[in-house]
This record gives sequence, structure tokens and C-alpha cells, in this order.
Amino acid sequence: MKWAVIVFPGSNCDEDAASAIREVTGDEAHLIWHDASDLSDFDAIVLPGGFSYGDYLRSGAIARFSPVVEAVKREAQKGKLVLGICNGFQVLTESHLLPGALLRNDNLQFRCEMTELVVENNQSPFTADYAIGERIRIPIAHGEGRFVADDTTLAKLQTGRRVAFTYHANPNGSVQNIAGILNEQGNVLGLMPHPERAVMEWMDSVDGRRMFLSMHRYMKEARALVGANGSANS
Amino acid sequence: MKTYEVEVRIWLKPSVFDPQGHAVEQALHTLGYAEASDLRIGKYMHLTVQSTSLSEAQMRVEEMCERVLSNPVMETYAYTLKEVALS
Repeated sequence: MKWAVIVFPGSNCDEDAASAIREVTGDEAHLIWHDASDLSDFDAIVLPGGFSYGDYLRSGAIARFSPVVEAVKREAQKGKLVLGICNGFQVLTESHLLPGALLRNDNLQFRCEMTELVVENNQSPFTADYAIGERIRIPIAHGEGRFVADDTTLAKLQTGRRVAFTYHANPNGSVQNIAGILNEQGNVLGLMPHPERAVMEWMDSVDGRRMFLSMHRYMKEARALVGANGSANS
Repeated sequence: MKTYEVEVRIWLKPSVFDPQGHAVEQALHTLGYAEASDLRIGKYMHLTVQSTSLSEAQMRVEEMCERVLSNPVMETYAYTLKEVALS
């Protein structure tokens, strides 16, 4: 499998994400600059954490207009897996690939610490390797991670089982303790915690490994399915 | 071409909690200004716009606010335009 890790001016978790993918899955992970316009060659796309364009206007607001985001949208529409971590999540909401918005933490603190997440949905390509209701340990590092959405959107997220993770103890004031959400099709996940920082014993948690493994397995199965259908048709 | 001076103000929607505004309001209360309430912190932007007419300039500024300067999911905005004489 071949992963694209998008690099915006100001991304700072790009190398961490690529290393985690290589370490955990053994796959290729390529750093792709924000002016790329074609991502059709990749099996999965990761929007990493950081401060794209300095986050001067709003988090993720300027990155949304990068040429590569149009390519991300096209691939997402095709059903390709897109994972947005932290600033990547903010870019996904600003570009309307995910609903809602991420605002300054209600406590005004920049929180950098290990958090406990509750797995709310294990029926997605990102979470299949977790057990529903399981508590996992993934660190956060953000000042603007308070997820907000209007009541209609929240109802849609709940009825569609699109809340993937919630915080056990809310660190930022997110509505309904939401830490990560899926799009309607289930192939786009945005989350504030950093799974790439929980993939080695010395990182104090390896709970992030299963997210990358789960994605890897899903892509492999999807590819095998396409292959099988292809040969059946020929 | 005419030149317009534009002032844009952006706030979080009233339904969205503004932690910065809340913290500053608390500080005012602590300092004895009990009469202060509903304090919200927003953003102020100033720019100039070249355009053939006021209505054209308004349309473009409206678009900038909707598309880039504010996030309509959580923010509201207001703006004023003033024609400036070029020296």
C-alpha cells in the first residue's frame, strides 16, 4: 500500500505520521507538498498535525484553498481513506469534508497530555481493530480542539454512528465529548488526538498502532476484492 | 476605478461559548466593574478594495467574508465600506 502524507507550510507532524505508517504497516509513506494536484496514485491520504499557514486566520482556513485539498476531495469522493489528525481535522472541517468546526479550548489552555478515548464505533475502516466501548490511550496537543456543531448536525452524527471516538475526560470542552468523527460514507476520519504518537512502547502507549493496521488491512482487502472482480469479469 | 476602505468585524455566533470573552469579563468583575456583561472578543480586519462601483465592492467583500474571512458554521460578520479619495 502507498500512503500520501500531505505537507502544508507549517505542518509539523508530517514526519511523525510517515514514520508511524512505515513502522506499523511496512507500507510506503510519501510526503506530498501542498501544491500537488493529483493523488490518484495513493491508497490512503493523511493530513497531519501542525499549524498550516500559521493558522493565522482560523485553524485550517487557508490550507483549505491549497491545490492538494481539491485532490483530497476527489479521492475522498472515490471512497479512498482520508485521515485528518489535529490540524488535519481542522482542515477537513474547513474544507467541508467533515461537518462542524474546531474552536479554542474552553479552558483557554494548550493541552499536551495523554488522554483516554472511548471507541464509539468499530465498524469503520479506521477503527475495525478496536472493540466497541474500549478505552484507549492516545495523546493530544492542541489549543483549538473544542469540537462544535449545531443540533441538527450532532443528531445526524449520532444517528449515523459517525462519532468514532469520545474523550473519557473532556480536555477542551468539545460538545458531547467528541474527539473524532467520520463522514457519511465512513471513509474520512478526523480526530484531534495523535495516533502516530502512540505506536511504540517508549511512547507510553501503542494504542495508535491498530488505527494504521486497521486502515492497512481495509485497503488490502478492498484491493483484493477489486482484483477478484476484475478477473471474474475478464 | 474607485478605492474603498473596508472594515470587517467577526464574532463567534451568540450560541457558541467564547472562552476569551468570558475570561476578560471575569477579570472586569474582579476589578470591580460589576456592570460589564456579555463581553465577546472578535476579530477586526481592515483592507482596501478597488472596484468600479460601491455595489460591486459590496458584493466582493460579502463573498470574501462568506468564503474566507469568516467560517459561517460558527461565526457571524459585519462590514462597512467607505470610498476614499486618492491623493
